[in-house]
Amino acid sequence: MVKVKHTESDSTTSNEFEFGTTSSDVEVTTSERLRDIYEEFVYKPGLVAWDDRRTRIGSIILFAYVLIGTVGVWLYEAPATNQDPRSLQPFEQFFVAPLGTTGSGEDVLAMAIHATPAMLIMVLAGGVFATGFAVLIGTVAGYKGGATDRLLTTFSDIAMSIPGLPLIMVVAIILSPENPAVIGVIITINYWAGLARSIRSQVLAIREHSYVEASRTMGTGTTRIIVKDIIPNIMPYVLVNFANAARYVIFAAVGLYYLGVLPTSVSNWGIQLNNAYKQAGALSGGGTFYQLLVPMAFIMFIALAFILLAQGMDRVFNPRVRTRMAGESKSESDDDTDTAAPTEVMN
Amino acid sequence: MNSYFVKRTGRAILTIWLVMTLTFGMIRLIPGGPIEMLRARLIRQGVDPSRIDAIVQTYKQDPTPVYVEYYEYVTSLLSGNMGQSFYYQEPVSALIVDALPWTVFVMVTATILLFVIAILLGALMAYHEGTAFDTAASSASILLSSIPFYVLAIGFVVVLSYQFGLFPARYRMSPGVEPGFTVQFLSNAIYHAALPIASVVLTQAGLQALAMRGNSIQVLGEDFVRVARLRGLSDRRIAVRYVGRNAILPMYTGFLTLIGFNIGGSVILEQVFTYPGIGYYMYQALINRDYALMMGVFLIITTTLVVSVYIADLTYGLIDPRVQSGGQSEAY
Repeated sequence: MVKVKHTESDSTTSNEFEFGTTSSDVEVTTSERLRDIYEEFVYKPGLVAWDDRRTRIGSIILFAYVLIGTVGVWLYEAPATNQDPRSLQPFEQFFVAPLGTTGSGEDVLAMAIHATPAMLIMVLAGGVFATGFAVLIGTVAGYKGGATDRLLTTFSDIAMSIPGLPLIMVVAIILSPENPAVIGVIITINYWAGLARSIRSQVLAIREHSYVEASRTMGTGTTRIIVKDIIPNIMPYVLVNFANAARYVIFAAVGLYYLGVLPTSVSNWGIQLNNAYKQAGALSGGGTFYQLLVPMAFIMFIALAFILLAQGMDRVFNPRVRTRMAGESKSESDDDTDTAAPTEVMN
Repeated sequence: MNSYFVKRTGRAILTIWLVMTLTFGMIRLIPGGPIEMLRARLIRQGVDPSRIDAIVQTYKQDPTPVYVEYYEYVTSLLSGNMGQSFYYQEPVSALIVDALPWTVFVMVTATILLFVIAILLGALMAYHEGTAFDTAASSASILLSSIPFYVLAIGFVVVLSYQFGLFPARYRMSPGVEPGFTVQFLSNAIYHAALPIASVVLTQAGLQALAMRGNSIQVLGEDFVRVARLRGLSDRRIAVRYVGRNAILPMYTGFLTLIGFNIGGSVILEQVFTYPGIGYYMYQALINRDYALMMGVFLIITTTLVVSVYIADLTYGLIDPRVQSGGQSEAY
């Protein structure tokens, strides 16, 4: 696996192999490293993932949301009170408001579309924070063992024991965050803990592998062993859980907006749901079901995208789920003993 | 094993104490205390301003430092007193004793039900892997899982309660029904809990079924199953003792944590159904800055979570003898 490549920037180092002393004999330029990372974590998984029908559909749906959140927002007029006639039914005046308007004359579709960008930022921020933090805590705890392990495990156990939704509600009221990225992080404030725990149990098995032991005997630093030897092993699992965390962020964020715990100055599907539900509860009800259906559809499809991605990736990467019929094609049975790590299901 | 038990118990108690301290501090950070909320509420009700001041004055107490409040809270908690709810003007313990059984009833029933359905469905899907049934069931599972439980709940209320009037839209029982072991009360309680339970079961069973399916498929490919077939054991015995047992095991911890998780999720669910359980009270306490009630609900939910993980950790070794609990690892 050692690539010896000379580029203009590191022509000074000679490439003698010295075992045991320095940790890195081979210097790689940043662009090469970036390309390696791209190959390893984007291109190859992407290629494998595209083979699976679920991940393909999931990616397409997700791409559609990104389009809605970028181009759609720019093309479609923002919602405003009394922009259109009040309480239009869907398709009643298609070119004014295709999916109808609310009782205060806001375009229902516009509200749903303009809630998308903030939602995508939340999902990204929450997913990155939850998985990144979980990987950090899980790998260090699992690899280091001993007192470090005890400390970090106790820390994540405590985080796991705080009831998630009530905690998020309290924090949301204290900070009353407007920035979607901050909201995303708050929502995953203790979501990482469960993931960290299962990553730790996987690392416990990986650290006994002979190549990790070899690195250790050679005197390689902890950080380097974790980054180079351990994280690539758990990367598929982390990707699957990124998708799960993303779905959790959507469910929790919409729920919080629905409850009115987060600032209601922005548009969000949860706020739409809440308004429509209140109206449906009134005696006038009945004819306002479309106002519920539009945000519901927006929530469901983005959640569907993430579930499809998670399920598809799980099937591709995880030998546990690989079918009997797919056969022994290229299932390297190197880690078929990942203990008790069923897909973490939290919604 | 014994020292592990002691250590694990100690850690559970430590966790509960730490969470309590953390929430105690955090709740004091919430902007706007109970007095301001009371004033706002009175203003909204259109009470005369001079009377508002008088009312507020009666509730005002000398400000005590937080650490004194904390000391008093912990000491009274140890004697079983959770304080007085400011908003409801009732002891917190009375409110919780009244509300908790309902939430536990809804959420535990829902979680058990969803796991039973998931295990059966998942096993069936695994046995019929690759057939049309498998594809249909997997797709249905994925589709249902993409609905948040509260969205389905809203849909249920709007369609089944408002449009067709089939189920009650709110409250845990009809007015006039007396709690007790009567057929009327039990059927009425189940009738009111049906929609909340259904919205949790339908939206969460799918992913668990898929997990069960994956586990079963993996176990079906194991050598010991092949050996069992070669030994000529009956299909039924293989399905239950060999495959079922090994496929369900990894889901055991998930089951207990999901119960705790769902009890936390009751905050939204009970709001949709106006179902006065602890989640409902949690929300009311938060909106009205009712510190004592909020603390009480937080403590109850935390304890539930800690105890379920504790039970999971302690019993997993009994259920799966291959795992010896409390293994320690060498430090690097």
